Amino acid sequence: MEFLNASVIPYFNYWIYVVLMMIGLHAMITKNNLIKKLIGMSIFQTAIILFYVSIGVKTGSTIPILEHHHDEGHAETAHAVAESGDHHAEETDHEKSDHGNNEHAIEADHGIDPDHFANPLPHVLMLTAIVVGVSTLGVALAISQSIYKDFGSLEENEILAKIKQGGPGVDV
Amino acid sequence: MKWFGLIATVFTGILLLSAVPDFAAFGDPDSPANGGLGDHPSVSQYYITDTYTDTKVPNIVTAVLADYRGYDTMFETVVIFAAGIAIFAILRSFSGPVAPSHPTAIDTSVEGDHQRIIIGTTCRVIIPVIQLFALYVVAHGHHSPGGGFQGGVILGASFILVALAKDLSAALGRFSEKRYLALGSVGILIYAGFGLLCVALERNFLDYEILHRIMPATDPIMARSHSMLGVEVGVAFTVTAIMFAIYANLSSKGRLEQGF
Repeated sequence: MEFLNASVIPYFNYWIYVVLMMIGLHAMITKNNLIKKLIGMSIFQTAIILFYVSIGVKTGSTIPILEHHHDEGHAETAHAVAESGDHHAEETDHEKSDHGNNEHAIEADHGIDPDHFANPLPHVLMLTAIVVGVSTLGVALAISQSIYKDFGSLEENEILAKIKQGGPGVDV
Repeated sequence: MKWFGLIATVFTGILLLSAVPDFAAFGDPDSPANGGLGDHPSVSQYYITDTYTDTKVPNIVTAVLADYRGYDTMFETVVIFAAGIAIFAILRSFSGPVAPSHPTAIDTSVEGDHQRIIIGTTCRVIIPVIQLFALYVVAHGHHSPGGGFQGGVILGASFILVALAKDLSAALGRFSEKRYLALGSVGILIYAGFGLLCVALERNFLDYEILHRIMPATDPIMARSHSMLGVEVGVAFTVTAIMFAIYANLSSKGRLEQGF
């Protein structure tokens, strides 16, 4: 129980990512079917996405989209915002000194406190990783399809046996 | 082999779990990734505090994606395009029409007719809404969750829905192979074009600020915001085209015909 409270519960996101990752790795190593290997690869990838996104979580924070108002003009107020941004910077430094209690309420008109917004960087990285993952999965499925066309099977041992008999040119 | 795989997996798992106590606890705002180390703030803190004054884009994720990390996103888009080209190279076959091995079973019974009516009517109603929502997600990506990748995937999915509900040739009639290959390339060209435009105006690649000289009624800050919308549209083009290309090629073994 002590172990659970000290090492598992505060770090539960890392435990979940390791378990998911090992499920994926085990599938990639031991499964005989190429499609099952790809499913393992997707689980592995999901584990990494979970890992990154869970790093960016901050207790008591909201999504990294700032509140703004549409009624303010565009070009005119840009300079005013730039000016007020400078004195925001001082205030955020000041706020960082009492970092310990991050539960304080959002002060609406004073600067942007980084503690009130989730870390945007992991979101950006995973946003592209998800779409690139889909396209690479598509390439992998295309390769599996052309392997099936050549060998008539997606089982690894059957493909290897056919390669030993005479290469991929063998008509099935 | 099975046992060796299990041992390797368990060993790797133990190795990773042994590193877990060194990580910051879940939701810790002072962890190195969130709060920086010592006196050095992390880059994400800069993004949160300064994005709005730098670019006037309230969605920090979009600003980081399309501006601060513009190179990264450009080449991610190139990766997606390359995946589409790779699938084309691996699967596409031009061997002409062959008698389908599994002819499409067209259900001519009354029940089949009813099913076709239900599916067809539902799709006719919801596909325009899906596509409109996709365009909203792309165009409103600055102000709400969204952007080129998400909107592109939704738009590509609407074409996949046409192919699923009717058949592949109906979807290809709306979005032919020539068009999706062209659209995929145009997306990359738009993105790279914004970068090259900055170079032409004697700034660094993808340094959008200088584009206020050629964009009407903007200042350097709004030029960054508008250029982000431009590159997001480019990303959306490529993602839409490649998502549909992947489906069309995989579902027809590269023949782009129904019934295989």
